[in-house]
Amino acid sequence: MGNILEVRDLQISFDTYAGRVRAIRGVGFDLRQGETLAIVGESGSGKSVTSRAIMRLLANNANIDGGHIYFKGDDLLAKSERQMQGVRGKEISMIFQDPMTSLDPTMNIGNQVEESYRKHFRSGKGEASARALELLELVGIPDAKRRMKQYPHQFSGGQRQRIVIANALICDPDILIADEPTTALDVTIQAQILDLMKDIQKKVSTSIIFITHDLGVVANVADRVAVMYAGKIVEIGLTDEIFYDPRHPYTWGLLCSMPTLAASGDRLYSIPGSPPNMLTPPTGDAFHPRNPYALAIDAQEEPPVFRISDTHQVSSWLLDPRAGKVEPPGEIRRRQEWFAAHRAAG
Amino acid sequence: MAERKKLLEVEHLKQYFGTGKKHEVRAVDDVSFHIYEGETFGLVGESGCGKSTTGRSISRLYRPTGGSVRFDGEDIAHINDRRAMMKFRREVQMIFQDPYASLNPRMKVKDIIAEGIDVHGLAKNDKERDEAVYGLLELVGLHSSHATRYPHEFSGGQRQRIGIARALAVKPRFIVCDEPISALDVSIQAQVVNLLQDLQKSQSLTYLFIAHDLSMVKFISDRIGVMYFGKLVEMGSSDEIYRLGVHPYTESLLSAIPLPDPEYERSRKRIAYVPAPDDGKERSLREIAPGHMVYCAPDEAEGYARRREGKM
Repeated sequence: MGNILEVRDLQISFDTYAGRVRAIRGVGFDLRQGETLAIVGESGSGKSVTSRAIMRLLANNANIDGGHIYFKGDDLLAKSERQMQGVRGKEISMIFQDPMTSLDPTMNIGNQVEESYRKHFRSGKGEASARALELLELVGIPDAKRRMKQYPHQFSGGQRQRIVIANALICDPDILIADEPTTALDVTIQAQILDLMKDIQKKVSTSIIFITHDLGVVANVADRVAVMYAGKIVEIGLTDEIFYDPRHPYTWGLLCSMPTLAASGDRLYSIPGSPPNMLTPPTGDAFHPRNPYALAIDAQEEPPVFRISDTHQVSSWLLDPRAGKVEPPGEIRRRQEWFAAHRAAG
Repeated sequence: MAERKKLLEVEHLKQYFGTGKKHEVRAVDDVSFHIYEGETFGLVGESGCGKSTTGRSISRLYRPTGGSVRFDGEDIAHINDRRAMMKFRREVQMIFQDPYASLNPRMKVKDIIAEGIDVHGLAKNDKERDEAVYGLLELVGLHSSHATRYPHEFSGGQRQRIGIARALAVKPRFIVCDEPISALDVSIQAQVVNLLQDLQKSQSLTYLFIAHDLSMVKFISDRIGVMYFGKLVEMGSSDEIYRLGVHPYTESLLSAIPLPDPEYERSRKRIAYVPAPDDGKERSLREIAPGHMVYCAPDEAEGYARRREGKM
């Protein structure tokens, strides 16, 4: 499978009254044809900024200080605004967290779903309508033909998110960026939307970038996972590698702070402190002030990227041979042991 | 087991909105449960099921349409005089979901926290008031130097700590936590949950914990009630509900939770909930095992009990 998107050394900053915020500090990853890549991290880690940069939807005070985003070989960052308009919604489209604010309350559903198809393909009303109906049926809106005449407020939250998905898929895009698409929904509705996205991906083989902070959702949808912290990808790998053999102490912290349904101990592990202020990011490894495993060098120098396998890369000094052996927390060892046994059993 | 004291007893609570109008909404419809002193009772369900309304009726932000709510033996659904209300307000406090919306941006942290102290006249002079505020800030893991700052200077997790300090200022016995961690980052959620648990021990508090994040509810609660469309459909100890929950809605809810375990996720089967058509039977909460109640008709209880046994 080839790469449909290649992000290389992306650097983005924002000019604010308080100073320059370095939101993205050298992010690079590939997106393969037909896969789902999840980007996880806490608020402010830069996951949404990365996705908006791909769509070139950054605010006016944003500066792209460096890097490239190659989409099918072309650098999106070199395209004019006019050229980008031909990409957005047609080749790369996006769905957002809140389905109510991404739909126009004054426009009926049919017209909204058709809109981008008519713009991009300059098609007539009849053809666009037929295509919209097809999509609304695909995403499971019952009685779609009649309901196309209705307005967003006449639909439930889950149905609205289905409509937003239909909207994003109508031009058959190569990439779908989903920014916390289920965070505002109930678990039962969330499960339906996740199933829907996986189903549709099988049918139309879109590549998906799935942004979320919910590791349960990641385990459900992702083929690969990138963990972001303070504007960098600190660990990236196959979903199994991230969940069963994580190597970065931040990933350890994230996994340990989730309660598991099976066991409930006395206390939850919690990552101490709070996310860094990106006006003045910590020197060296940005995670070091919150890292119980921090080494002396963490405060001075940024760690290089260590390759665990062809698919698994980690940026942490703990992987340096000079760091000595580090014992991960119990929950992580339990995961590693289970996985090793599982693998041995085939 | 010694007889434990019921701190809160809710019986046949009804909370309707727009009664008598065309669109009467029965947000909470005949809900009964009790909370023992010192425990955490979790209330789960999807949005619109009435869990937040229940919390608000209990803390008398709404006047219940029907039924009774007894706190420490006294019916608070019908408190009318001001003195009794003041007393009740001191004992029951609330922590809200959105740490951004629940703190007045124009007030200093110390005035936010001390508002209850002022209203109830708990401090004799400014010095005592300040000391109380400093003590509370440290209790929730903040620093006394934060007292003169404004809410916008704090992160979401820190704001939620301020909200908790404010609730604790009047030394309550019971706190309604309405989705206190839903708006926080994963790494911060764990910090706040641990803080709530520590405070429960050190301040001997009783919690009603309302949330839709079921794994967190399981972790923090001793007992859990599952709500659906204004009704309590199942109730029991949290282990019991998670392992042996039998109401079809509970099963559907449990089957929908994604866990951070890809292998489990690959094999997880979702159970859809299809509400049974109304057959006119009289239903209420019935005990199918000690402490385990299910909303059902008398002739259905037997079936649920067998179903529970089948899961053991």
